[in-house]
Amino acid sequence: MAMSMRQRQRVSRTVQYAVLVAAVLAVALLADWPTLLGAAFNPEIIAQQFPGIIVTALKNTIIYTLLGFVVGVVGGVVLALMKLSSVAPYRWLATLYIEVFRGLPALLVFLAFGYGIPLAFGFRFNSYVTVMLALGLVSAAYIGEVLRAGLQAVPKGQMEAARSLGMSRTRAMVTIVIPQALRIVLPPMTNEIILLTKDSSLVYLLGMTVSQYELTKFGREGISATGAGLTPLVVAGACYLVITVPLGILARRFENRADKASR
Amino acid sequence: MSDASQTASHASASIRGLHKSYGPVDVLKGIDLEIDAGEVVCLIGPSGSGKSTLLRCVNLLETPQRGTIEVAGHEVTDPEADLDLARRSVGMVFQQFNLFPHLTVLENCTVAQTKVLRRSKREAAEAARRNLELVGLTDKADRYPDQLSGGQQQRVAIARALSMDPQLMLFDEPTSALDPETVGDVLAVMRSLAERGMTMLVVTHEMAFARDVADRVAFMDGGVIVEEGPAAEVIGDPQHERTRRFLSRVLNPTGVEAPED
Ligand SMILES: Nc1ncnc2c1ncn2[C@@H]1O[C@H](COP(=O)(O)OP(=O)(O)OP(=O)(O)O)[C@@H](O)[C@H]1O
Ligand SMILES: [Mg+2]
Repeated sequence: MAMSMRQRQRVSRTVQYAVLVAAVLAVALLADWPTLLGAAFNPEIIAQQFPGIIVTALKNTIIYTLLGFVVGVVGGVVLALMKLSSVAPYRWLATLYIEVFRGLPALLVFLAFGYGIPLAFGFRFNSYVTVMLALGLVSAAYIGEVLRAGLQAVPKGQMEAARSLGMSRTRAMVTIVIPQALRIVLPPMTNEIILLTKDSSLVYLLGMTVSQYELTKFGREGISATGAGLTPLVVAGACYLVITVPLGILARRFENRADKASR
Repeated sequence: MSDASQTASHASASIRGLHKSYGPVDVLKGIDLEIDAGEVVCLIGPSGSGKSTLLRCVNLLETPQRGTIEVAGHEVTDPEADLDLARRSVGMVFQQFNLFPHLTVLENCTVAQTKVLRRSKREAAEAARRNLELVGLTDKADRYPDQLSGGQQQRVAIARALSMDPQLMLFDEPTSALDPETVGDVLAVMRSLAERGMTMLVVTHEMAFARDVADRVAFMDGGVIVEEGPAAEVIGDPQHERTRRFLSRVLNPTGVEAPED
């Protein structure tokens, strides 16, 4: 018997729901909830995490992210300009850099920094400087691509119109092209900050003192205490979400605005 | 009504032996064209004949390989010349309007005045409003370009160019991207500019406009000016076969035989 389109859709939707309900039920029935809740949401341990998780860990995560972002933006601007340059070797260099740093796991770059810098220079940078460089060099590759795409998304006619009004190339860039490019890159740049926030967890590889702990390291140290269970990780995770979820909402706002503007 | 443009001096322009190529492709093969002060010259010709390239050379958006261009007696192709200064005295209106979408209509008309001519905000806004009045859009001053129709955007683009007090205005197919019902408004603005004595070089496919408004018409094909003369003569009684063929195609695009006159 042949089913109509409508019927077939209804059957497939029913099957989807059934599978979903079964999966939820399985997890709900099979997991050891009392133990899990006790381990992950222990109120005493949660209380113990404060205020350290905020004044040290959250603060450091934000500092590392911002330091990395500043270096990333500066490096990204340089890379974007090099990629758009009329000088071929500049373009090649920028492409090489971007392909290498985008193609490597951030973890590996951090390891290389942790071991490589002392080897190369015979001393350790201040750990904030190392973090700034490691996070910054990785994010510069992504930010460079975002900025290049943003600048190229501004129609060529904009530069020509500005030039025909007597503006110099630099003046036209600053007053006409860059403001339009910024609108375009705002959503991907916000996403880049989210990625950077998460990547900042890798700084534990560089070795650090207690006062330099960020969220992930703080959580790891927390769970290694006897009887702490998983709770410290849950608290650290919640702190990440406090940063990244609003940023995600912000990025979507920017996107909607850009959509409206381009229509 | 105050009359801004009649006080501005309108320049003559002269193009001599202009050559432009992109790599191996010769686009302009020796163009000579004189435009007297206050004259309107329409440039017609088939697609790819180099009309846009010629305009872009006059506006120094492209650098010609050979030849000279003089505007108001100053040679703008002189390597020593200040290009930004030279560009300032020539206004350009593009087929795609190219308004700045992140700025309001008024800001579109003031931004170059304040940043390039270093006029005060008030002075710039006054000039901008005068020119918006000229194109009939004072009431749209605070809108953004995407809130306007194509014809309105193109009129803003004209006001924007006029706000720099150009001595010569270039138009590159200003009505080709417009809905038919808004073409008339833009042509009317251009006609009134012509009546005010603006020197204009206009690339257009609007033969009626060329016949009525232009003092002279130049027909371009394959990178050279094939025929040039008073509008009525070139359009009404073309001397060259290529001109005749082009005109019959433009005036009668459906291919129905037109009565000979
Ligand atoms: N930047 C460029 N690089 C290479 N070739 C170009 C470039 N710009 C224009 N050309 C070529 O020059 C020729 C003339 O172009 P141009 O735009 O001046 O023609 P046009 O007369 O304005 O045509 P249309 O009526 O289609 O606008 C074309 O064959 C075009 O392919
Ligand atoms: Mg053209």
